[in-house]
Amino acid sequence: MSAGHDDHGTGGLDLTLHIWRQESSEAEGRFETYPLHGVSPDMSFLEMLDVLNEQLTLEGRDPVAFDHDCREGICGSCGMMINGQAHGPERETATCQLHMRRFKSGDTIFIEPFRARAFPLLKDLVVDRSAFDRIIAKGGFISVNTGSARDANSLPAAKQDADLSMDAAACIGCGACVAACPNAAAMLFVGAKVSHLGLLPQGKPERSRRVLAMVAQMDAEGFGNCGNIYECEAACPKAISVENIARLNRDYLLASATERPSSAQGEGA
Amino acid sequence: MHSTPTTASELFTRASAAKLDSKCPSGPMSERWDKHRFDLKLVNPANKRKFHALVVGTGLAGASAAASLAELGYQVSVFCIHDSPRRAHSIAAQGGINAAKNYPNDGDSIRRLFYDTVKGGDFRARESNVYRLAQVSNNIIDQCVAQGVPFAREYGGLLDNRSFGGAQVSRTFYARGQTGQQLLLGAYQALMRQVGLGRVTLHARHEMLDLVVVDGIARGIVTRDVVSGEIESYAGDAVLLCTGGYGNVFYLSTNAKKSNVTAAWRAHKRGALFANPCFTQIHPTCIPVSGSHQSKLTLMSESLRNDGRVWVPKNKGDKRSPDSIPDGERDYYLERRYPSFGNLVPRDIASRAAKQMVDDGRGVGGNGMSVFLDFRDAIKRDGESKIRERYGNLFQMYERITDEDPYRVPMRMYPAVHYTMGGVWVDYNLESTVPGLFVLGEANFSDHGANRLGASALMQGLADGYFVIPYTIGAHFASRKLGKVTTEHEAFREAEGAVRARVKKLLATDGRRTVDQFHRQLGLLMWDHCGMGRSEKGLTHALGQIRSLRDEFHQDVRVLGENESVNMSLENAGRVADFFELAELMVIDALHRRESCGGHFREEYQTEEGEARRDDENFCYVAAWEHAQAGGAPRWSLHTEPLSFEEVKLTQRSYK
Repeated sequence: MSAGHDDHGTGGLDLTLHIWRQESSEAEGRFETYPLHGVSPDMSFLEMLDVLNEQLTLEGRDPVAFDHDCREGICGSCGMMINGQAHGPERETATCQLHMRRFKSGDTIFIEPFRARAFPLLKDLVVDRSAFDRIIAKGGFISVNTGSARDANSLPAAKQDADLSMDAAACIGCGACVAACPNAAAMLFVGAKVSHLGLLPQGKPERSRRVLAMVAQMDAEGFGNCGNIYECEAACPKAISVENIARLNRDYLLASATERPSSAQGEGA
Repeated sequence: MHSTPTTASELFTRASAAKLDSKCPSGPMSERWDKHRFDLKLVNPANKRKFHALVVGTGLAGASAAASLAELGYQVSVFCIHDSPRRAHSIAAQGGINAAKNYPNDGDSIRRLFYDTVKGGDFRARESNVYRLAQVSNNIIDQCVAQGVPFAREYGGLLDNRSFGGAQVSRTFYARGQTGQQLLLGAYQALMRQVGLGRVTLHARHEMLDLVVVDGIARGIVTRDVVSGEIESYAGDAVLLCTGGYGNVFYLSTNAKKSNVTAAWRAHKRGALFANPCFTQIHPTCIPVSGSHQSKLTLMSESLRNDGRVWVPKNKGDKRSPDSIPDGERDYYLERRYPSFGNLVPRDIASRAAKQMVDDGRGVGGNGMSVFLDFRDAIKRDGESKIRERYGNLFQMYERITDEDPYRVPMRMYPAVHYTMGGVWVDYNLESTVPGLFVLGEANFSDHGANRLGASALMQGLADGYFVIPYTIGAHFASRKLGKVTTEHEAFREAEGAVRARVKKLLATDGRRTVDQFHRQLGLLMWDHCGMGRSEKGLTHALGQIRSLRDEFHQDVRVLGENESVNMSLENAGRVADFFELAELMVIDALHRRESCGGHFREEYQTEEGEARRDDENFCYVAAWEHAQAGGAPRWSLHTEPLSFEEVKLTQRSYK
């Protein structure tokens, strides 16, 4: 095969992997060490784990469980701490898009699950991020039933607002922001959704209600508060800006001061 | 071992049963959907809550259907294999969604979108379905904008459009290179709103492993909880399969790793006919394979062909770097062969042309297995910043994977499996041959014929979910007698037992080869013989190989661990087992269809210029396959649904 990168030598990389293994949420976890030889620098990080898993399977040992799907950085399924960094060392890159050419032969790599109270561990590197879904279910939407929309161009949106909205909407819901935050805060995730919808004219009517409901659920799930450390933005594979947290705080403050309490819940339809 | 069949009669039987009823309305094309909607029975608002729909899959089709049905007042349960409904593979669609809005004032209309889609599909789709698709396309854009999908806009605040292959108008709406993501988030948010209101019950990390049919009507499903391993039954009054396509039968494809055929295949084995399985789309612009470790392929949006020019060197074996090959020695072969569509010919044509260049020894890159997609002229014309604004994220993704900077060096591209036009046969109501089983989105076969146009998959998924099923499912609820069925029914016990037995068998096989080893081998067979070029000889060879490999799989696969925890290889093994059976049917379908059309290119049937040659006399039909088990090995019988073209004249496609 034409790997195309001869600078790493034809034999590929030799690595020492320390991977967190834990059978279930109740079981006790531990690091296990796996040497891996001849890793092609053109492999993605997950392909490297595939190779390990094939090897483990052939040796009769339980393969490492990890979440993954699209492998092109958009579904948000994958995510692990790689040498202490959510999604590893490359900026704006999800684990599946991280390539082994970022590492060199002889490297030791620690691989752990995303850790946060609100993300209970299921097995090995797989965690439960359904807290994010519950936050969206409380208010991360515009209430419009199918069929009741008017012509798309009847509601112009300033290009700069639409662009900012799109910047925030690019969030893939991977949870790296939470994993990277010392407080395990979800404010970048929530701020991104509040911004995505609130910046558009069609999202304005529910702007206050949305932010109150989402923040209430965020707190209920056990996420922490923002401490202005900005690790979230640094870890975000889509470079979602902390500006969205500022917008979240502003909207929340305004909504808290002006919103009647009853309208924070209730019917969306 | 299996003997290699030589004649069609050994491959399959022809069904003698009554022909398939597509339930297409009659009358003028533009009035059919209106007429049909009026004729469909309604369920009154108070009765809606008595009916329970089980929606499997949460991509564009599933999420939009589940949300819309819940808004109407039906009870809905929704199932997905992912940890969240937002992860379905619709999320990865990049380029855009078509609609006949004609905002650019460039001559578009419902009729033109309809015409382009029928022609693009090489006259193997149902006209009535395609017309309806074009009609509701505009409602989709309205709906999505209202939901807050941040489509690209002009400075005046109105929506922007771009061009896609197979059309001469700009009708594609987009959200940077993440249109699928934004549309899916819109549908997902609508779905989660209903979950929050208690009208939808969400079952994430649940994989459907069987369909339950009671008294001839689909009444439930059996699932496996992929965390606990629990096998569970769910009963309802209708089942909606929105489970996507089966491109992963090729192992390497642009599909997500979890995309699979299992739900559709289980339904097929419970009586749903499977239509045109050999119609697969090989997308022309994907990042070439880099090594044997490769686990999937990455697509580069067709929108790149708006500005990128496709070329190879004129001379065979020209290994100079692209910037030192002067214009006179470059062959911009799409512009040369198809001057009126140029780089924006449909996907099947662009893919085939790339293969021809590579086969001709003019491919580029280390192994000569790719063609250039060059932005030099566009950057010169519009400036780098404009190109960055249009395609920045795609260029970045390309660089991540290949370590080459496409602003400086032309991209290298090669076709890869991307989409499957075939799928479960459905009538105009999106209902399969099993009453009460509806199939939406890529999982059905209905709208794209033998080749799908770019930016039409998103359109179809959302059309089915938002604007078709909410009407047609009512007819099922209102007109059939649906007695109370619970999961205590014998049919559920039987299906659960079958699922448990399959899981147990996979875990007990204790062979020597991994699931992926088998899957890769199967994929290679399919790519070599049932991919871009197909022949009697190659297909026949593949058929024998697939059957032996399938036997080996069941004797020699190694699945470690247990059922009662997260077990990726167990999940995979079940899917690959089904891919083996599907692969056989795909090959049989490809063998039987002795013509070339769209993505199905039989090397024996081509024009002198190397274009697909259809045989409308003998094959202007939908091939719908009925499954029957015969002594352990699957057997199929063929039903045909003739296609008639009243509006678009059957002609040899030309993009010249």
